[in-house]
Amino acid sequence: MAKAYTPGLLVTRHKKHRIMRRLPIAGDVQVNVDDMVKAGDTVAETNLPGDVHPVNLANTMSLPPADVVGCMLKSEGESIALDEPLAQSKGMFGMFKTIVHSRFEGTVETVSPVTGQVIIRGAPLPVQVRAYMSGRVVGVTENEGCEIEADVAYVQGIFGVGGETQGCIKVAAAAHDQEFTADLITEDMAGCVIVGGARMTVESIRRALEVKAAAIISGGIDDQDLKELLGYDLGVAITGRESLGITVIVTEGFGEISMADRTYAMLREFEGREASVNGATQIRAGVMRPEIIIPLDAAPTTSRESTFEEGQLETGRMLRVIRDPWFGMIGEVSGLPAEPHVLGSGSKARVLEVTFPSGEKAIVPRANVELIEE
Amino acid sequence: MTNLDPDTIKVILATDCGSTTTKAILIQYVDGEYRQTHRGEAPTTVEKPFADVTMGVVNSVTEIAELAGRRLVGDDGRIICPATATEGCDIYISTSSAGGGLQMMVAGVIAEMTAASAKRAALGAGSIVMDVIAANDGRRPHDQIQRIRDLRPDMILISGGTDGGTTDKVVQISELVAPAKPQPRFGSDYSMPIIFAGNKDAREPIREVFSDDGFDLQIVDNLRPVLERENLGPARDKIHDIFLEHVMAQAPGYDKLMGWTGAPIMPTPGAVGDILQTVARLQEINVVGVDIGGATTDVFSVFDETFNRTVSANLGMSYSISNVCAEATMPNVLRWVPFDMNERELRNHVKNKMIRPTTIPQTREALMFEQAVAREALRLAYKQHKEFATTLKGVQQQRTVGDTFSQQTSGQTIVDNMELDLLVASGGVLSHAPRMHQTAMLLIDAFEPEGVTMLAKDSIFMMPHLGVLASVHPKAAEQVFDRDCLIYLGTCVAAKGMPKAGKSCFSWELSGDRTGSGTINGGDLQLVELDENESGTITLSPARGIDLGEGPGRKVQRSVRGGTVGLILDGRGRPLAIPEDRAASQSTVQGWLDSLDVYAEESEAVAV
Repeated sequence: MAKAYTPGLLVTRHKKHRIMRRLPIAGDVQVNVDDMVKAGDTVAETNLPGDVHPVNLANTMSLPPADVVGCMLKSEGESIALDEPLAQSKGMFGMFKTIVHSRFEGTVETVSPVTGQVIIRGAPLPVQVRAYMSGRVVGVTENEGCEIEADVAYVQGIFGVGGETQGCIKVAAAAHDQEFTADLITEDMAGCVIVGGARMTVESIRRALEVKAAAIISGGIDDQDLKELLGYDLGVAITGRESLGITVIVTEGFGEISMADRTYAMLREFEGREASVNGATQIRAGVMRPEIIIPLDAAPTTSRESTFEEGQLETGRMLRVIRDPWFGMIGEVSGLPAEPHVLGSGSKARVLEVTFPSGEKAIVPRANVELIEE
Repeated sequence: MTNLDPDTIKVILATDCGSTTTKAILIQYVDGEYRQTHRGEAPTTVEKPFADVTMGVVNSVTEIAELAGRRLVGDDGRIICPATATEGCDIYISTSSAGGGLQMMVAGVIAEMTAASAKRAALGAGSIVMDVIAANDGRRPHDQIQRIRDLRPDMILISGGTDGGTTDKVVQISELVAPAKPQPRFGSDYSMPIIFAGNKDAREPIREVFSDDGFDLQIVDNLRPVLERENLGPARDKIHDIFLEHVMAQAPGYDKLMGWTGAPIMPTPGAVGDILQTVARLQEINVVGVDIGGATTDVFSVFDETFNRTVSANLGMSYSISNVCAEATMPNVLRWVPFDMNERELRNHVKNKMIRPTTIPQTREALMFEQAVAREALRLAYKQHKEFATTLKGVQQQRTVGDTFSQQTSGQTIVDNMELDLLVASGGVLSHAPRMHQTAMLLIDAFEPEGVTMLAKDSIFMMPHLGVLASVHPKAAEQVFDRDCLIYLGTCVAAKGMPKAGKSCFSWELSGDRTGSGTINGGDLQLVELDENESGTITLSPARGIDLGEGPGRKVQRSVRGGTVGLILDGRGRPLAIPEDRAASQSTVQGWLDSLDVYAEESEAVAV
């Protein structure tokens, strides 16, 4: 049988996790192999080229482009301050000279004799890359970045907004299926990664912002609430650069959905521990899912080997249904018919039989399930 | 790459690595002709945890191997070449749009002229165009530079200036690109390819501008050497070369895949465009093709031998489905659904499809909603295509007295629905619709063909495979296209104008393999039986003000071809109007769906 990869979200009590921390351009890496780092430590630094300001002096001074070079008061490579004279025309018979003052501060990068355009480069923009995850530096690439490794508990969400942050896990909901309302959030959750249960509301997210929480995580969110939070309708799932002041992670999907019991139980178990979270999501061309990383003190002494091959549908495997009419329900594969099945839509598709904890069975297209990876 | 004699090629294996699925087909020489015999499909594995496109290729090929009883993958995990009686293939070829495909930025001097030509060159090569920078695009230089810095293109095409004309404007644009230091998508040690296809007199200053490390400058012939003519070939060919050499080589597993194929891997849309142009040329017809995918919708057209392609990069049925609903607005989507749906719940459904793009509708209601979204995606994509596929702008028109009265200017759309002969559908929501009547209805509602138009679908999205096959074995490509690729749905006869409801719109008489006659009233749809191997001649007598191809009120006689759906007579008028009142629109749309039996049970369901 050809192997079919059924993508699943990872929720595990232990994995050896390695991340690459890379500068956008060459710079200084400030750690060495075997260094222990904390999530908030700076591991590399560089300066991005400053903003580019083009100034068309040929137009401004009404000169042929080739004459601009001769009028420059600053050469390529020289710095210039705001309002400092940049160029001066030769005028007529030494009179009626025009001085052009610079509207920008920076360095004169190029003066083009072809177009008469001057490029002024602004001050360099410092960039720092933090470790993001506490762990050991296991690799350094000179001038580029480093790799950090740690034994962690790991939860992958389905969708998020907001970027990297860290905080202490604090569970606000009493159960995985409790609606995550604003009243569950208290002032002592400042700086924390707050864990809810079922659907979170825009009010609860705003309350989390008010108390200055680092992040908020729950099973579901309503699209209307997301639109209200962002101020716009999200068209494509490419996120992570929003300046919301908080990272939001949804573990299951949109609508009235409870967090998976297993996920909730695990986060409850790790309450009080530091977690690194990232809401960045990208669904195509380099899939990224939001994540919750909880560094462990050490690897567990007993390792649990999965009885199942990664990404393979097999009888007995736990899965989540990810499309109506059983959206969000978790069950076990109880049958894998070989022949395609005619669906209610009229299409023919390969299906599986799933048995839910209640004992109810359902026939679901294989495309509409997600494995629960361990 | 292969130097095989085409006559020795008897077993062909072809794949298309899409952003969601990798599709494989097996073509074999059977009883004196080439036929597509088997197909397989598997999720594309460019993304983690596999991060190797060849795994999805092997999975899809393994499906074929099991179905065909023919071993195709060796113990070393590679495709077996050449073929023997029981295993392997004589040539393996592939196309790709995985990893987001090819993404470019183009720049030109004037948005409507050289920049538009550059965009056409990029689109014709199969690329997504992320942005078009032009001196007159309304943005300040600083904003243009910031935009360039924000984008992560695979390469940049710069054009501008006719040969012998001024050079300063195109050099000026280049002087914005260079200091912006655009970062490529792949790899920090990847030099950004810059293709200069502008005024040849500007080549030296351009070399100077891009003399820094970090750029790989390639110079080709001017793509608009004079205003009256485009010369897109050299730029398009260079884009292809760089695509293979740089972009594909960076994407996970592609360096391995390139070693397996017997011909250069083409971007998927480039291959689809090639095969459609071939068909239009051979049959001397005007064609529109559409490929609606998960993230993008490509529209191709050939009108009077002029080819155009547009990519609506944010209109698609999974990754981009939320964007479709946002751009179209939910009321416009829901007007196609003949029952009530809770808008708030629907918005959640749409977002869930966006974040889990590989799911399929299980219930009829879910299918009807998705097809309503598809109509809007297609409609918007076609609108964008018509706005782009225009006569060359900036060209002096030779005017006669007649022209003076018609007031034609340059830059008019060349897409004319009345002159459209064939509409070809591909993409999951169209090709895998459970019933072909649904595909036909989606096409007619979205594209609103006028007069007499054949409808067809690409049976299993084979056009990319045949496009790349045509580059090594044109005969095989043509045979398979004709016999296996297109499934003809039938012919649509549609009235242009505003017919009055309940009053005669046009009368018709059919002769040939089937005979019949009748009258279509305003607002009506009727399906006349005319099977796949049947054809006939239809005589149409439109009411006053109604045009069926010869002008308002004038009689028309045309050949019509049957298909899996039949002959569709559409008296709803053009442009299509749906009542704004929700209850009235539901009743109207339900009537249309019933007329064509769109959601009747099929005796043989279509496999997804």
